This record gives sequence, C-alpha cells and structure tokens, in this order.
Amino acid sequence: MALAKLKSEATEARLAGVTLPAGAAWSTTAREDALARVRTMGLPSKRDEYWKYTNPTDLTVKDAPKAAVFVSDEAPLFDSIDRLRIVFVDGVFDEAASDDLSAENVVIERLADVMAADIHWVKDIYGVLEARGQNPVERPLAALNTAVATDGIVLHVTGKVAKPINLVYLHKNENSDAVLHNLVKVDSGAEVTLLENGPAAARFSSCLEVDVADGGTFHHVRAQGRDHERRTATYCFAKIGSEATFKSFTLTVNGVMTRNECVLEIVGDDAVAHVAGACVGDGKDFHHDDTVFITHDAVNCESRQVFKKVLRNGATGVFQGKILVKEDAQKTDGYQISQSLLLDDDAQFLAKPELEIYADDVACSHGSTSGAIDETALFYLRSRGVPLADARNLLTLSFMAEALEEIEDEALAEELRARLEGWLARRS
Amino acid sequence: MLEIKGLKVKLEDEDKQILKGLDLTVETGKVHAIMGPNGSGKSTLSYVLSGKDGYEVTDGSAELEGEDLLEMEPEERAAEGLFLAFQYPVEIPGVGNMTFLRTAVNAQRKARGEEELSAGDFLKVVREKAKELKIDADMLKRPVNVGFSGGEKKRNEILQMAMLEPKMCILDETDSGLDVDAMKLVADGVNALRDAGRSFLVITHYQRLLDHIKPDVVHIMADGKIVKTGGPELALEVENNGYADILAEVS
Repeated sequence: MALAKLKSEATEARLAGVTLPAGAAWSTTAREDALARVRTMGLPSKRDEYWKYTNPTDLTVKDAPKAAVFVSDEAPLFDSIDRLRIVFVDGVFDEAASDDLSAENVVIERLADVMAADIHWVKDIYGVLEARGQNPVERPLAALNTAVATDGIVLHVTGKVAKPINLVYLHKNENSDAVLHNLVKVDSGAEVTLLENGPAAARFSSCLEVDVADGGTFHHVRAQGRDHERRTATYCFAKIGSEATFKSFTLTVNGVMTRNECVLEIVGDDAVAHVAGACVGDGKDFHHDDTVFITHDAVNCESRQVFKKVLRNGATGVFQGKILVKEDAQKTDGYQISQSLLLDDDAQFLAKPELEIYADDVACSHGSTSGAIDETALFYLRSRGVPLADARNLLTLSFMAEALEEIEDEALAEELRARLEGWLARRS
Repeated sequence: MLEIKGLKVKLEDEDKQILKGLDLTVETGKVHAIMGPNGSGKSTLSYVLSGKDGYEVTDGSAELEGEDLLEMEPEERAAEGLFLAFQYPVEIPGVGNMTFLRTAVNAQRKARGEEELSAGDFLKVVREKAKELKIDADMLKRPVNVGFSGGEKKRNEILQMAMLEPKMCILDETDSGLDVDAMKLVADGVNALRDAGRSFLVITHYQRLLDHIKPDVVHIMADGKIVKTGGPELALEVENNGYADILAEVS
C-alpha cells in the first residue's frame, strides 16, 4: 500500500539533505537498504496506532529541540563498580576520556572502523536484526538510525567478560543531535554485562543490536536521568538462541520525551528473556514510554516484562507490551506486569498490554494496575516516627522494588537503588 | 503519663459518633487494660491517639506528659514516645525489615535532637533484642511483615517497640490471631519492657492475655466511654460472666 501523501511528504522533507556515511561496499548497502525501509514505512506521526500515546514530533523534526546541559553534583553512576568505561560526548567517541578498549574474552571496536572494513562479522547483524524487528510492527526511527549512524561500539564476546562494559554518554552541546548504533555478538557460552548511562545529547537516537548465541548470556543495565530536557528514542533488537539468557533493565528519571523500545525474538529452545524498567516522572512535560515486543518462536522459553512507573504533577507514563507466541512455541512461560503509582490526580498512565498466542500449551499472564500510595502503610510508617516525606519515598521505593529485583547483579541493583533513593529525597 | 478528658470523636466521612466523652488517666509505670465488646470504640481510641486520618475530634483532650497529642502529626507523637502495636501489622514489600527499623529509630532520634545510631551499633542492638523474641536473621532481612505468620507479625511489632523504647505503649488486640505459645512469647517480650518510666495501655477482648501481662488497672469500655474501672479482678469477672452483667449493672 502506498504511503499516505502527507506522511510521504513529511518523510521526504526530513530526509532531504541526509547523506549516508561512507564505508565499505557491504555497509553502504546496509545503509541504503535501511534508508529505503524508512522511505517505504514513512516516519512516525501521532496518527499512527503505535504512536497513539506518544507524540513523535520531537523525534522526527529536522533539528533537535534545544536542551540545556545538565550539570550534576553527584558522583558518576556506577562509580562503585569496577568497569571498563567507554565515553561518548554528544554522540562522538572520546578516546582520551575512555579506558583502553581491551579486555579479556571480548573484542571491542568502533563502529566507524568496522563499517570501513571490507570483511567483518558485523555485516550479518548490522541493520539485520533491526530489519527483522520491523515485522509485524514498523519502527522507522530505528531504520533511520541504521542508515545514518556513524559512531557506536561493537563488541564480540568470546568468553566470560570479568568487568561490565560501561557506555558513558556525556552531553556538552545544547543543540546536539546524537545517533549511536551499538552491536553485541555473544558467542556460545560467553557472558557480558553492558551498562549505559548519561544524558547523551539534546536529542539521542540509540539502536542496540544484540545476537546471543546458544548458551550465551547478555545482561544490560541502563540509567537515563536526571537531566530533564532530553529527547530520546532507544531501540534494542535482540535475537536469543537456545538456552541463552537476555536480561535488560532501565531506570529513567526525568526527561521530556523518552521512548524505549525493546524488540526480542527468542529463536532457540529453553531460552530466557527478561525486560524490566522503573521510571520516576515529575511535571506536565514529563513523558516516558516503554514499548516492548517479545516473540516466542521456540519451545520451553521464559519471558518476563516488569515495568513500574511513579508519576506526579501531570507526568505521563506509557506502556505498550506484547507477547507473541508462535504456533510451535509450546511450553512458553510468558509474564507481563505494568504498574503505575500515581502520586496525585494529575498524573496519567496509559497501558496497552497484549497477548497473541497461537500455540496451545502455554502459560502466559499479564496485568496492569494504577494506584495511589497505600494510606495504611503510610500511617504505619509515620506511627513509627518516619516523617511524611520520607515515608512516601520509602513506599515509592517499595513500589519499584519488584522491577529493581530483576537486576541479577546485587552490586548493580544496590547502586541504582541507592541513587534512586537520593533522587527521591531531593524532590521531597 | 497519658491523660484523656471528655474525648469525643466521630468518623470524618459519616456522621457517626464513636467516642462519646471518654476519660482515662494512665499513670507513669502502670499497665492499664481496656476491655469491651465489639464496636465499643477500643480500636478507634488507639487510632485517634496515634494520629490516623479519618477521625474528627469534636471535643475533649488527650495529653502525653502534658503535651497536646491531638495537635501533633503521627511521626511527632512517635518521637514524643507514643507507640501503637497494630492489630493488623502492615506488609511493606520491597523494604527490608532491618532498613525499616533503622529508618524509624534514627528518624526518632533525629526528631529528638539525638545522634543517629551507626549501622554497626544498630545491628548489635537489633540482633540482641531479636534473639529474645526468637526473631531470626531471615525475618530481619525479609521485607516488612511480608509472608510473616500472624505470630511473627506480632513479635515483629514487639521488636519495633523494644527498639524504639517508647514511654507510652498501646497494644491493640495484640493477642488476636495468636496461639497460646505465640501469646506467651509476645507477653514475655512486653513484660521485659515493663519499667518504672514506661506505661502500657493493653486493649483486648479477652482476659487470657491479661494472665500473661498482669495489669494494674482494668477498664471496661462500652459505647464510646469507660463505664467501669477496677483491679485485675474485673477482667476475671468478664471472663466468667461476659459483658452483659456489667453493662446491665452500669446502665
């Protein structure tokens, strides 16, 4: 079906003047294919079903809306964790600020370098997982990222990597429009933890493609915040092999526009895929959207989605989560929960949980709730001497605990929990 | 210690008077018990004293060592030394019992201008007191009251009381849902805290708790008022004859 005229015109206007980065022949083809996908799909508009609750205008306009540079007086996140730091400033790799790109059991390269190489394994993943993730729901912003991204990190994980690899995104220019494309290939039996944090840019498009081979393990822990004016669209596309593990957690605090899409395809038997998130939003201009799509295409796999949002003063939270169980994906165990804690009458939570099941021997459940703080629990804490504001914060943390518990590494979970506690205390 | 005069309380959302002019004085170091049939207003009294929302005081006063309780926020009352052991302790998922206890202890110390307890000192004290109440390390680590049995919840209330060292302790039907052994354990915990400087108000339906926690004074409450006051023998009278005789006698 031809695109509606309006949409087609808007897309062409946005793409006018876009030049694809130079590279090896295969990478040019990958980028051209991605650009063709964008043209065919058209960029999202607020009239699209998939963008019904989130207006994509800030993400699609030609120039990034300006965002003040946020200056934090806190110690950098994950500072207590022994990790390998890779720093990007406004979406550009900063070699001087980064650690040596070398560690045991992993080959770390820059995207710019691999895209220039005549032969590289990345060819089989770059834009490939993204393209697979376009069906049945189109994600044109991800294809645009594939077409124009010049920087990013490419990891080939060949064994158990001792230290987490931390992508640190710094924001220094209030007009920056950053596009990063990261790739991770986890070999059979290999294991890695990827951390991401930092404000990144005024506008930030991030695409992460992850290929987890049989028996491989990929852990992902990400924090977005406390900068407020950022506009972010992130995509994570993963292909998960048999007996493999994929776990991703995102903490979001503040942000006028955050859309986090996670598209997982379980292709091997007995695999595990977990996606979780906790967000804290304050103010009318806060908008946060978690959009998840998990496809079960193998036997005896488990998937979990756990999302918790704390909203107040007119903040908006969105959750669109789907579990698709294909005909042969018997013995699937799928779980999905999305909950919001609405701290006042102005905040809103919009949830669209979906199950689509074609196999006949599965256990899938989903739930979505919105509620206020439990007055009885609040009184209980106050009756023990805990002041009202502290009691509210404690119950807010309690509400988010189920999502934070999805982080397997206790030190990482504690780091985020402590940071969150500090952030909550500042607001009260 | 606690002085209540002519206290009248109604529900905020409906026009229903619960307490109808209640007078009660609990002296320092004494244990008073309040007994009474269902619906007499016993639990309301405990909630109004500790500051729960939903009640409107229409007349009367309640003072703790001369301070007006009714003007204070619940956390201020706690810092002044008031403690309510809940009939139904609240479950708080995601907050470790130990974290909760330490937050409460230090919040009260801070409110009183005292130095906060260090993690090490706190741990030492809590372990010692938990042991006396047969609360194991696992119960201290678990989220507050989540998955606790009825007896464990009540023991946990007493542990909080032991850690917070209040001056005025109100026990709201602490015996409900307890078997004989659990009741004995809880009563031992309470008795260990009896002290010349600490007062107790024990609210109960039945006399059996008072076998373990011996009261100095027993009050009978009915229809929002104290209708009779006496010694421990009054509790026995209730046990033997029920409330009907006493209520008939006073009306």
